[in-house]
Amino acid sequence: CFAPFLCLRPPQIRVKPDRTGVVTDGVKHSMNPFCEIAVEEAVKLKEKKLVKEVVAVSCGPQQVQETIRTALAMGADRGIHVEVSGKDYETLGPLQVSKIFAALAKKEQADLIILGKQAIDDDCNQTGQMTAALLDWPQGTFASEVTLEADKLKVVREIDGGLETIKIKLPAVVTADLRLNTPRYATLPNIMKAKKKKIVNVKPADLGVDVSSRLEVLKVDEPPQRQSGVKVETVHDLVEKLKEAGRI
Amino acid sequence: LTLSCHILAGFQAGLRFQSTGPQASARAATAALKESLGGFSFELTDQQKEFQEVARKFAREEIVPAAPSYDKSGEYPFPLIKRAWELGLMNGHIPEDCGGMGLGIFDACLITEELAFGCTGVQTAIEANSLGQMPVIIAGNDAQKKKYLGRMTEEPLMCAYCVTEPGAGSDVAGIKTRAVKKGDEYVVNGQKMWITNGGKANWYFLLARTDPDPKCSASKAFTGFIVEADTPGVQPGRKELNMGQRCSDTRGITFEDVRIPKENVLIGEGAGFKIAMGAFDKTRPPVAAGATGLAQRALEEATKYALERKTFGKFIAEHQAVSFLLAEMAMKVELARMAYQRAAWEVDQGRRNTYYASIAKAYAGDIANQCATDAVQIFGGNGFNSEYPVEKLMRDAKIYQIYEGTAQIQRLIISREHLGKFKQ
Repeated sequence: CFAPFLCLRPPQIRVKPDRTGVVTDGVKHSMNPFCEIAVEEAVKLKEKKLVKEVVAVSCGPQQVQETIRTALAMGADRGIHVEVSGKDYETLGPLQVSKIFAALAKKEQADLIILGKQAIDDDCNQTGQMTAALLDWPQGTFASEVTLEADKLKVVREIDGGLETIKIKLPAVVTADLRLNTPRYATLPNIMKAKKKKIVNVKPADLGVDVSSRLEVLKVDEPPQRQSGVKVETVHDLVEKLKEAGRI
Repeated sequence: LTLSCHILAGFQAGLRFQSTGPQASARAATAALKESLGGFSFELTDQQKEFQEVARKFAREEIVPAAPSYDKSGEYPFPLIKRAWELGLMNGHIPEDCGGMGLGIFDACLITEELAFGCTGVQTAIEANSLGQMPVIIAGNDAQKKKYLGRMTEEPLMCAYCVTEPGAGSDVAGIKTRAVKKGDEYVVNGQKMWITNGGKANWYFLLARTDPDPKCSASKAFTGFIVEADTPGVQPGRKELNMGQRCSDTRGITFEDVRIPKENVLIGEGAGFKIAMGAFDKTRPPVAAGATGLAQRALEEATKYALERKTFGKFIAEHQAVSFLLAEMAMKVELARMAYQRAAWEVDQGRRNTYYASIAKAYAGDIANQCATDAVQIFGGNGFNSEYPVEKLMRDAKIYQIYEGTAQIQRLIISREHLGKFKQ
């Protein structure tokens, strides 16, 4: 997956010369911000003693282990690294990831899957929903508040019209939206403690998942260069110009 | 109702852009190349990278926005210090058996550089803790360590290093504060000056003269003490108004018939000078790291501005006069970083690092001032103005050539070490 992570300076994104994607050399991997929020929510539930164990999962090449370790430092108990690298990683999309998560959820007998609502690189917003469908579990997406009530989950969802509150039965899938919480920093002592926590390596084949993609990227283009504007003297001129351009 | 369940927190790794160039292809170093590189490495461990990440995030998200107002008001940045303490960014050197993390100097330097990027006033307040603690860490007995270092990890307390006097800074052997043994106590009288955290410390490391004989050598005449700040007779003066690092609390302290129990003597009578000096080998690299952090900030602010401001039809960064200034700033920052890293690495290896520590501190202090001045220059008229961040950097940078051993003292040390090695 390729995408800019917004830091203090605006990043320079460049499309590869062969237009198959974006340049990723020299680019640091870090946890998707919505997924940070998901990890934080999971750790909070554990701190409230509402869940027994938090398992952090990520799919990708070796570097992904750093991200899992950050989750461990935030309070997850153990990690699972699903190894996908090289060409497979370049074509890894939400459908394959959902299949992996569904397989793991069954294997681990998970009661709740929490993930970020979308990745800021591809903005797909599909993995959570697909995972729920594959497992035939209910889903609470764009969650801005999650409350456990007996064996049900009350989820307040951010929708275009405002906020929607739903109750879903466990096991369920929840995707985290921006206002769900503010992720904690991993403190230095927790980073050191996280080193003792286990990260297990798994291959998609071990889970019976085929990661080949049915999508082919035809081309990736930069957005059109911003053209310079035109100054007009009067409002009348402005209206004329807009009419000329077919805008009104 | 507790629910026994597993949560799968699935997440994806996105990508963050760095300003550094491509490196992925270089990973496949041949066996022969590895052999010739030997053990030398510029690579940080995963844990060091994670530590650096936390410090960087904290500095850029929490210190940077708050720094200008602390600079204007001079108010002690206790909320930021408390936050740093909660995140484990402070007191890294405290040994594990006293509740600390027992970090090496290298790790501490990585953190210090990041915090200093945010604000060197805040960073100095935090660093003063390390300076005050170092004599106890290197020379304290178990009881002293447990008592005075232990309490620092239980709550966010400050401590201070009390050596400088109004009449003696570089000439430590010239200090006049007297400690006289009376029964099971020492009675201390004297004046200290420019003590960072002077008004906020819970306890001080104090250096005082115990042997009144002027012919007694420095290595035997002084004693190191731990003094509780609330001991009767300890009188912190007013908060001094300094050129820069304004939120840091710097004061004079008067000691009037202060009674210190003999249990608070470090090692023994007469051992003080060596302890006080020994602490510097471990604290100079972090100070150099702090200066480097300031220089890095100056470089980043200047670069950002140079890519926004236009003159004579192009961005000022495209004019060679400016790009050359930036290039030289970059050279200095990279070299200062390598210098403090070497000094820190040496002492972590268990070797005497005086030569490297002095080089790092001297160089970093000088370039911090140069880079800050150049940053103001690149900002032009705006740089002179308090609405822009770089004039603060110039004011903050100056002290790096003065405290923790002046630029001149560092040169004395370096020349002495160098000539000493040469003669061997």
